[in-house]
Amino acid sequence: MNVTSDTSQTQPRQLFGGYRPLPEVYDEMTAGTGRLREHWMPLTGALDHLGLAEVQSRGETARRFLRENGVTYNVYGDAQGFERTWELDPLPLLIAPAEWARIEAGLVQRTHLLGRILTDVYGAQTLLHERRLPPALVLANPSFLRPCRGLRPSGNLPLFLHAVDLMRSPDGQWWVMADRTQAPSGAGYALVNRIALSRAFPDEFRDCHVQRLASFFQIARDTLRTLAPLHRDNPNVVLLTPGPYNETYFEHAYLARYLGLPLIEGGDLTVRDRRVFIKTLEGLRPVDVILRRVDDSFCDPLELRADSHLGVPGLVEAVRAGNVAIANPLGSGVVETPALLAFLPGLCRHLLGEELKLPSVATWWCGQPSERKHVAAHLNQFIVKRAFSTGSSEPFFGRCLDAERREALLAEILSAPHAFVGQEQVALSTAPAWRDGQLVPRPLVLRVYVCATHDGFRVMPGGLTRVSPLEGGPVVSTQSGGSSKDTWVLTDGPVSTVTLLTPSAPVVRIERRASEVPSRVADHLFWLGRYAERLEDTIRLLRVAVSRLAGESVAEPPPELAALLQLLAALELFPEHESERVTTAKIEKHLLLLVYQASRKGSVREVLNRLRHSAFVVRDRFTADTWRIFNRLQLDARVRPRHIPVTEALALLNTLVLDLAAFNGMVMENMTRGHGWLFLDFGRRLERALHLIEVLRAALRVDPAGQLLLEPVLEIADSVMTHRRRYHERPQLSGVLDLLLLDNTNPRSLAFQLDALAAHARGLPSVGRLEPAREQGLLDEAIARLGSVDLLALTASSAAPGAVAELVQTMHDRLAELSDALTHRYFAHADARVS
Amino acid sequence: MLYEVRHRTSYDYDHDVSLSHHLVRLTPRTLERQRCLERVIESFPVPSTFGEHSDHFGNTTTFLTIEGAHRRLEIIARSRVEVFPVAVPTIPDQTPAWESIRDRCDAEARGAPLEPVEFVFPSALVPRRGQFADYAQPSFTAGRPVLEAALDLTARLHTDFAFDPNATTVVTPVLEFFKARRGVCQDFAHLMIACSRSLGLPARYVSGYLETAPAPGQPKLAGADASHAWVSLWCGDAGWVDLDPTNNLMPSDRHLTVAWGRDFGDVSPVRGVLVGSGSHQLRVAVDVTPVAGANDPDSPGASR
Repeated sequence: MNVTSDTSQTQPRQLFGGYRPLPEVYDEMTAGTGRLREHWMPLTGALDHLGLAEVQSRGETARRFLRENGVTYNVYGDAQGFERTWELDPLPLLIAPAEWARIEAGLVQRTHLLGRILTDVYGAQTLLHERRLPPALVLANPSFLRPCRGLRPSGNLPLFLHAVDLMRSPDGQWWVMADRTQAPSGAGYALVNRIALSRAFPDEFRDCHVQRLASFFQIARDTLRTLAPLHRDNPNVVLLTPGPYNETYFEHAYLARYLGLPLIEGGDLTVRDRRVFIKTLEGLRPVDVILRRVDDSFCDPLELRADSHLGVPGLVEAVRAGNVAIANPLGSGVVETPALLAFLPGLCRHLLGEELKLPSVATWWCGQPSERKHVAAHLNQFIVKRAFSTGSSEPFFGRCLDAERREALLAEILSAPHAFVGQEQVALSTAPAWRDGQLVPRPLVLRVYVCATHDGFRVMPGGLTRVSPLEGGPVVSTQSGGSSKDTWVLTDGPVSTVTLLTPSAPVVRIERRASEVPSRVADHLFWLGRYAERLEDTIRLLRVAVSRLAGESVAEPPPELAALLQLLAALELFPEHESERVTTAKIEKHLLLLVYQASRKGSVREVLNRLRHSAFVVRDRFTADTWRIFNRLQLDARVRPRHIPVTEALALLNTLVLDLAAFNGMVMENMTRGHGWLFLDFGRRLERALHLIEVLRAALRVDPAGQLLLEPVLEIADSVMTHRRRYHERPQLSGVLDLLLLDNTNPRSLAFQLDALAAHARGLPSVGRLEPAREQGLLDEAIARLGSVDLLALTASSAAPGAVAELVQTMHDRLAELSDALTHRYFAHADARVS
Repeated sequence: MLYEVRHRTSYDYDHDVSLSHHLVRLTPRTLERQRCLERVIESFPVPSTFGEHSDHFGNTTTFLTIEGAHRRLEIIARSRVEVFPVAVPTIPDQTPAWESIRDRCDAEARGAPLEPVEFVFPSALVPRRGQFADYAQPSFTAGRPVLEAALDLTARLHTDFAFDPNATTVVTPVLEFFKARRGVCQDFAHLMIACSRSLGLPARYVSGYLETAPAPGQPKLAGADASHAWVSLWCGDAGWVDLDPTNNLMPSDRHLTVAWGRDFGDVSPVRGVLVGSGSHQLRVAVDVTPVAGANDPDSPGASR
């Protein structure tokens, strides 16, 4: 490692010298006397050379990487906005090669064992008949899904991805705390931790001989493809997510991108002829393999939980018919019960003829009378867990219970003993973590991953280390706060350097997914375009009014402002009865409400909330930069719901116009011109056209003679400059209408929007054999009508206001029909419901 | 007795439904005392997909997909079923003491076959509660033969609870019925199962039919003209014995068994998920007609 002697002299071993491990627990970095463990020395040496300031700055680099990539974790019921930035400690957890070899062997055996148990439980149930496994563990377990009995897992892999939570006891032994067999989370976070940390410490990472993760994901992806029952030469593999409100949605989007799989929600899929299809804009496209992140009981409202909106009706039947593979197979959650831990040693001997290599934390299943009595008698030493918890139920720490809660718990156990287990409480090992510039010991849990393949099992050489926020923290979970660490599994041998970030040759094929936009996504993008435009229109409209208020000292508003208020009233943005004879103070109040009151329809905040929702559900389609700008837009709009001065409101509106311009610019400059972009821009153009028409219609009604509102209308339509350059005089009706309706070189005009929409309509996909002729027809009609307008004749005639109003109304009707036609053709994907 | 069964389920939707999937359990089981001679399940519009499998409990389960816009769906199941009186009726006072059944089915014990053990545990619609055990306890006195005790419980349920088609819906929790004391066969069956399981006894939910028009002189049983439900209790070596708490009798050749499971949720005759908006109206009509020429034997269990 290249370090200058200068650095090492200014920071002599300050980094680790002050670290004080806790007594009577195992510390990962130091042995009893505070001596560094040998496998840590290369890293600690390198970091010492870097020095405190540099290490902290590198840590900041890693954190910035996470922030900028929008690495988040959703916390349920968090009032602060439920998205939290993922926390990564700059110091990794190191695991020595020999130790990892033992863990790896234990994990391989364990995945194999659990797979065998799953096969039996959903098949012959010999283990239950022979009582090698207490029947209650399966038959009273809500995760045993009876509709899945007899389904054969595709590829004969009953457990594709298995996650194991490990802890280390004071004597240095690793123990299994829990198995995750349903839809294990965290592998994607482990990956993103690795990318962040290896970029922040590239030399240290290279010099420490750390095993790489990429080949694990490559093998997982290749194995997934082989599971396809049909289309085996070119299977369509998708990642099924519960959606953006799931706690680990970031990870779903990240893994989907990393593995090159479409990210799909249940609503995007449909079952026809016992086969699964994605509903794309062009029609149905078959799905062969589903990597699911939806809990199995939620996967099919027909056969599993009827109240689920996350699944696909008929999915179980499609599996039963052998037409789709799901990983992990539906029903695999049954072996997650902690009660199983008590029986694994015996089952391992029986099924594999081997001793269990990796022991589980001592577990007593209360369904056995003597075990129950033992747990009850020594409650202080136990963590009591529900054996069949389906949600997130907190465990009970025996020694933390007061007499009353203790009695209540014991009574509950007695009423359903099979539903509880007692687990020995063991002190977790610690590793050094940064807190306020200091290294302090923090308890940790290590989650590791095993993937089943056709030639045995592959263990991810690494994992997700989670660190408790507290020194004596008994529970370590991301949901309850805390941080994470990258996990460096060291090797004596050469390091494989496969990476999926620049895909390697064998699996590359030409992607033509750009055209395969699920209808749901197109729907959200269409509305994203509409809301982004609506927000801009609203802001411009309010800005025109607020700017006339700013600097106004008279109590009586000038006539132009009064007319503007009537315009707002006609647009239903201002109370009708107050639009006349009103004080500036009142106007101020109402206009400000229109800026920040989220409950007010059409207010800036209300439209922003709609925009946020549409953007959030398709966020995997945005680049990190786009998302960052969007976050800034939201932060800027966060006004205190109290009185703010008019000048400040004006400044705010100006800022928002700029934020929005940046957001729009990013979206326009970064999106592939596929159907997704087309629908987004279609929404934007349609909204702009409709808004312009509505403003004109209202202005003509309020001010038929065009005395007061022409100037503000030009301002609202951002066309003041053009008008001035062309006419050098006060606006006249004919000139304004020409500029705003007919001039197809003005990007704010109706003609411009119609031309753009017509071009888009020609690019709209056909659904099945149905071409979007209706949309094209409506647009051609509107363009022809607009083209035939003789403005001078129209405005010169005595019936000018009526004739113009009629034209505007026609345009409005055509566009409304256009919106309906589009919605009906492409977005008709009503929610399924159970009867 | 030979019966012809016609079970018609119709949905009227107030909006077009473009796609619907249905899971149907309308095929009578073949048992020692029952033979299903023929049966047909049809739907209008005709299904685009039709599949069948035997579920975890051995019930024949039919999967139907209806594609294309429709506002009305009719599912008709027809069958010919021959039912015999129970050949060797289980003598109530010769069944084992109820505690021995409980102990054999204990979660840890190895004494019972696996099948009944499944029906000891609570299920989604049938919780185990102390209050159900308390209610059942007067019938289950120490050492009492299990079937004798169960018949006593059946009689008490029949007396203490009223049959009332308007009091509950298919989703009424059993605890609510226990408090309100009015309901239909589904509620009676769920409560009896809850009582049994709360004592540690295995009991399952049976769905089926009753003869619609009884022979002259015989009372029409409650629950005819629709799907009926009753209970089956495991009595040790005597096996499963059916009990109808709604009618306070032991089913014989006037009860046709279609399916069984832990509770209604496992055997729901027609369950569907549809894609479309709006609401729907559901109608069910059941006809169970004895086929002319068949004998009309006096069945010991049918008298009240």
